[in-house]
Amino acid sequence: MLDGTPWFGPAEWTAVRLSVRVAFWAMLTSLPLGIAVAWLLARRDFPGKQVLNGLVHLPLILPPVVTGYLLLLCFGPYGPLGRILEAYGLGLAFRWTGASLAAAIMGFPLMVRSIRLSFELVDPNLEQAAATLGASPLWIFCSVTLPMALPGVIAGAVLAFAKAMGEFGATITFVANIPSETQTLPSAIYSFLQVPDGETAALRLVLVSVAISFAALMVSEALNRRVSRARGRA
Amino acid sequence: MSFEIDITLQQGAFRLDARFTAPAGVTVLFGRSGSGKTTLVNAVAGLVRPQKGLIKIGERVLFDSHSGTMLPPRQRRLGYIFQDGRLFPHLSVRKNLLYGHRLLPAARRTEAFDQIVDMLGLDLLLDRRPAQLSGGERQRVAIGRALLAAPEVLLADEPLTALDMPRKMEILPYFERIRDELKLPILYVSHSAAEVARLATTVVVLDRGRITQVGSAGDVLSDPQVAPTGVRNLSSLLRARLVVQHADGLSELDAGGIALLVPRVSAELGTMVRLRISAHEVILSDRAPTGLSALNVLPGEITGLRTGEGPGALVTLSTAAGPLVARVTQRSARALGLAIGNRSYAIVKSVAIAPEDVGGGG
Repeated sequence: MLDGTPWFGPAEWTAVRLSVRVAFWAMLTSLPLGIAVAWLLARRDFPGKQVLNGLVHLPLILPPVVTGYLLLLCFGPYGPLGRILEAYGLGLAFRWTGASLAAAIMGFPLMVRSIRLSFELVDPNLEQAAATLGASPLWIFCSVTLPMALPGVIAGAVLAFAKAMGEFGATITFVANIPSETQTLPSAIYSFLQVPDGETAALRLVLVSVAISFAALMVSEALNRRVSRARGRA
Repeated sequence: MSFEIDITLQQGAFRLDARFTAPAGVTVLFGRSGSGKTTLVNAVAGLVRPQKGLIKIGERVLFDSHSGTMLPPRQRRLGYIFQDGRLFPHLSVRKNLLYGHRLLPAARRTEAFDQIVDMLGLDLLLDRRPAQLSGGERQRVAIGRALLAAPEVLLADEPLTALDMPRKMEILPYFERIRDELKLPILYVSHSAAEVARLATTVVVLDRGRITQVGSAGDVLSDPQVAPTGVRNLSSLLRARLVVQHADGLSELDAGGIALLVPRVSAELGTMVRLRISAHEVILSDRAPTGLSALNVLPGEITGLRTGEGPGALVTLSTAAGPLVARVTQRSARALGLAIGNRSYAIVKSVAIAPEDVGGGG
């Protein structure tokens, strides 16, 4: 009903699919690092902890266009990192992978805040108990800390996904607005609004955008309920 | 397996200086809250690091500041039973029990799961979550989890404090069985005289970070200088043999030839039991009493008479059952003419001996 009909054309579909792909990979690739950073901030004291905390939160405070521009400086074709990656054919600028990176960085503070909070709620006494039972620090993390913090990890991942779906400023600055490569939902909406008679098309994408965000929230709620049920309703 | 501990540990303004050795059996760390008992046990477990000293269990050095040895908790082969159980809330009882067991190398996986489950009566709880257990059940699972990790020593930090009296009575016998049947050395933190009386081989008294006495349970509990939790805990520890189960719910014990009647003791005839008698439950008489409802009379000779600052006096009586302390008022002591060398009769109501004060011999 959707594909090919005038109501929702292939161009719109491409933008939706691209957005989901960008957001999914942004969430998935930043999750391990998000968990590691959240754990460091929640459980360890080290010199420079406040600096790390500040760096993580920077994208939340900086104008997105600044983040995008900094990414372009680093990962652009002439940037120090971009040049190396470009040499291996892995350049990010003006590619959907670059859009993923921008989205991941913008969603990172939200992800880390949520996961950090759930780590802080895990009773360190349980980790001590695991240690006296012979568990190594890595095993304690895998068998006690992470499973107990799972609801927060899921929430953090969903937040990062939702943020990535909606990321606009950093993305358009870093990877521009190239249809079927970097034109995500917000970029497509923006483009429609720039042309005469584009408003109805923009409105359709707005509805799709709302629906996807809502679905993501529903999924996270359902996962959370399953986790709490498995825990036997304290 | 013996304990050898000599450590100094500073935590903020609190300083713990602990030095003692204790033979195999149950070593109870006895003292008020804030006296450093838990800190000491945590140091043995490797959860806190002393500034200097030595911690040795049997021949194994767990901590030695001279050589820089500090075994991490997972290599200490200890079973730690915490006051609050600390079961993993996201795991079933079965998985909680097997948590440490599964981490053992195959050669050390000797404790049989079924046997421990059976001993602690856990078979009906295996598929439940910790949140669905009562306090007593939770502590039983915690004991099982510690035992299944095949520890060489068991640490217990006030494992009964969070429980009500019936629950305490449910758990205490398991510690007696661990002491007597599994022969596992136990370092047990408590501020309860009843637990000391039932379990302790050795009592280590802690007060404000310092050890004030090390001795047998009987010696420590009857010494007013050290009784760390107040005079109301002053008591005598008698050993007696269970000889008759009477039909009226009383059990008759034989303590050095003196018959004592106490509320029902569920044990086989002939079993040696420990009996704690609180000093303030003992009445003294200068002649053999008649026409009294109290059932237990222990004649003896006064060997100690001590008056403190308050109105009380502590009288030590040497009886055939062993030394017995009685706390009476100084006024009564004068009225009765109590003096060292005099003959006196100690009277104890049967119901004053609570079930939690009677335990296995050990």
